[in-house]
Amino acid sequence: MKSIAQNAPGKTVLLMGNEAIARGALEAGVRVCAAYPGNPSSEIIGTLAKVAEEMGLHVEWSINEKVALEVAAAASFAGLRGLCAMKQNGLNVASDFLLNLNLTGCRGGLVLVVADDPAGVSSSNEEDSRHFAKMGDLPLMEPANFQEAKEMTKLAFKISEELELPVLIRSVTRVSHARGNVRLDELPQSSPKPRFDTSRALTAFPALPNHKILHERFNRAKKMFEESVFNFYRGPERPELMVVTCGSGWMYSLEAAINLNVQDRVGILKLGTTWPLPENFVLKHLKQADRVLFIEEVDPFLENNVKEIYAQNCLVLGLRAFFGKASKHIPDVGELNPEIVSHAIQNLLNISYEPRPAEYALRAHESTAELVPARALGFCAGCPHRATYWAIKVALTLDGRDGFVLGDIGCYSLGMGPSGFGQMKTLHAMGSGTGLACGLGQLNRFGLEQPVIAVCGDSTFYHAAMPALANAYYNGANFLLLLLDNSATAMTGFQPHPGTGYTAIGSEAPVIDLKAICKVFGAHVEVVDPFDVATTVETLLRLLQKEKGVKVLILKRECALVSAKHQKRLYQVEVDQELCLGESCGCNRLCTRIFKCPGLMWDQAAGKAHIDEAICTGCGVCAEICPGSAIRKEKA
Amino acid sequence: MFISKDPFNVIIGGVGGQGNVLASQILGEMLVSQGYVITIGETYGASQRGGAVMSHLRISAKDQFSALIPEGQCDLLIVLEPVEGLRILDYFGNPGVITLLNTRPIYPIDVISGNATYPEVSKVVARIKGLSRRVWTLNATEVALEMGDPIFANIVMLGALSAMEVLPIHRQGFESVITDLLPSRTLNENMKAFDKGREVVQELHE
Repeated sequence: MKSIAQNAPGKTVLLMGNEAIARGALEAGVRVCAAYPGNPSSEIIGTLAKVAEEMGLHVEWSINEKVALEVAAAASFAGLRGLCAMKQNGLNVASDFLLNLNLTGCRGGLVLVVADDPAGVSSSNEEDSRHFAKMGDLPLMEPANFQEAKEMTKLAFKISEELELPVLIRSVTRVSHARGNVRLDELPQSSPKPRFDTSRALTAFPALPNHKILHERFNRAKKMFEESVFNFYRGPERPELMVVTCGSGWMYSLEAAINLNVQDRVGILKLGTTWPLPENFVLKHLKQADRVLFIEEVDPFLENNVKEIYAQNCLVLGLRAFFGKASKHIPDVGELNPEIVSHAIQNLLNISYEPRPAEYALRAHESTAELVPARALGFCAGCPHRATYWAIKVALTLDGRDGFVLGDIGCYSLGMGPSGFGQMKTLHAMGSGTGLACGLGQLNRFGLEQPVIAVCGDSTFYHAAMPALANAYYNGANFLLLLLDNSATAMTGFQPHPGTGYTAIGSEAPVIDLKAICKVFGAHVEVVDPFDVATTVETLLRLLQKEKGVKVLILKRECALVSAKHQKRLYQVEVDQELCLGESCGCNRLCTRIFKCPGLMWDQAAGKAHIDEAICTGCGVCAEICPGSAIRKEKA
Repeated sequence: MFISKDPFNVIIGGVGGQGNVLASQILGEMLVSQGYVITIGETYGASQRGGAVMSHLRISAKDQFSALIPEGQCDLLIVLEPVEGLRILDYFGNPGVITLLNTRPIYPIDVISGNATYPEVSKVVARIKGLSRRVWTLNATEVALEMGDPIFANIVMLGALSAMEVLPIHRQGFESVITDLLPSRTLNENMKAFDKGREVVQELHE
């Protein structure tokens, strides 16, 4: 099989943006790589883990992003090159360390890649991580394609060493999770021996002198970026409109100009080093045009920072009109695409463009409106979370006190939607369901009568919920914590964690037992298999009605997608259409209308339930739910 | 054989879990090895959770294009689920588009629950025909189930694609990419799925 570590200089290969970043780090001689998985960043470390042994690297899935950044920074402190990767939410977690690390600086090259998820396609939030670079006076680069993703990463290590500062690379979904051609360069053959220089301490305190040193380094970065090959202008000498863009916006802008046939009217200023901005370079190009349009994803970061440069120099430059998110030519939420850029340019240049015949578009719209049903997201067929939320729904109904579920981040976030029966009522940060339960679990003294449930996944528990559970016991909160243990960080691609017994590179590791931890934290702990629906409901109900303190129920069942890879299905499931009474049963089509696993179908002709053999994974849960015993499961 | 337009835009669509990401990667690799500049944009996140998913492939002899195909600019649609074909043509279709369709439906949960209805597949196929220049169809899921695992449907579709002769891809290129990308034990099954797709696909005529 092909490896990211092939030493084939000059060869062109197809790489995902995240793989290109990993390759750039390898070409830079990275030695230590750490991350907590989070889309769209997960494949950076995942890719490096696969070649860790071959390339002599330390690659780890750390317990959370703050620890990951500390691990990578530690390598740098000892003179080696370190890489850390995370998604935008991860940087919030790591920011406490980052905003002290800027004051101490670093030694070996240290690169922090943050992959933002515009529109929050696989995130709880939409956030622009670039503000952290500005907050911390740290150099920031944004790749606009796959080759740049590799080259920038490689260069970032060098810049980091020269400035003795960590360098941030901000990617976005359409760079990280897209693929394109990348030309490989040579891999280095040697690496320095690590040594921590005890003659130079790395302490953020005292802050004032360190802050001053940081500003000196920052000014050097500004000078360095004036010459960067990642900043360039393409277009006429005096364009009617100057597009200022970075990252994914570059190719959208270029394509819009080509499609609209306005390459002689529109210039594109593409910036790769977006903090600190190369002021002189920007000013030089602001002189070329009276009208400027900003194209960038998430916040108006370039937009505001370029305007600030303009404000300082407006007497020299004269009047300029700026367009972008502030002027509403570009939406202020969501992902960019070629149409958004194209519409803004059409609007500003007053030109019309028809991408296809209007008659065709109308017919296509009509067909979709008439025939195409919505396709809501839901748990996979055979997902243990569906069974868990089913049990929660039944137990809360039987309990009758209007109890509710506090949630957080993971596949089980879908518990807020139809396939989790709308059970999850809060969603914020990693571990926040348990933290909120610490608070709501105190409110019975003020008269709160509803039982409080928190749900938390296994990986999330290690990442962020352990402190909350300790807090619950210490402060005497009353709630039921459900640990949804599917033995993987499933949502981001099944990465291992401290409960799985193996590491990022697949070597054996000690298991940090969930049950044991919860017991140490003073909780009453029980374990059930969510596929055993009756026992789960009974246990849930009993624990809900147990009076005081923090109770933990571990719902242990491996992710169905992981199981499918290494074991055969549990059951052969089929509907006995003799026994299924269909609409006349009185169950109100419980299996399909209410439980609605995608492995079930409604056989219109027979008016009875049916199993979709292309989808069913054989978990057998629907057989337990059918009140008429018409769904049968047999050991497969 | 060359691409008939530059960039030539391909969408591979379906439902999360049908393997459109792998199909787009295999197709991309086959074309990169012939010297084309490829960009693939993928819908992630929802990909394993039953949502509508798409991969966008931009194929060019010279330039790197963006990861998203602009409105109305799809040249070839490869779609693993019937109504997803209509959903994609709604935004990306144009009178010149060529479509390869897997006719096996996957029902959305709103259909399973009875809150929405799934149209007659023949009706969907007819509409797709009306919105495409040429259409090829097969039941790739059925072929894959006969092989013992619905997971092969994406490979069956790639085999079908090779028979259509709209892209410069061939069996040998597929074999070498599969050898590079996937564990060697899967090679025979994948080749079988590819060949089966080539064999059963048929162009739809009025």
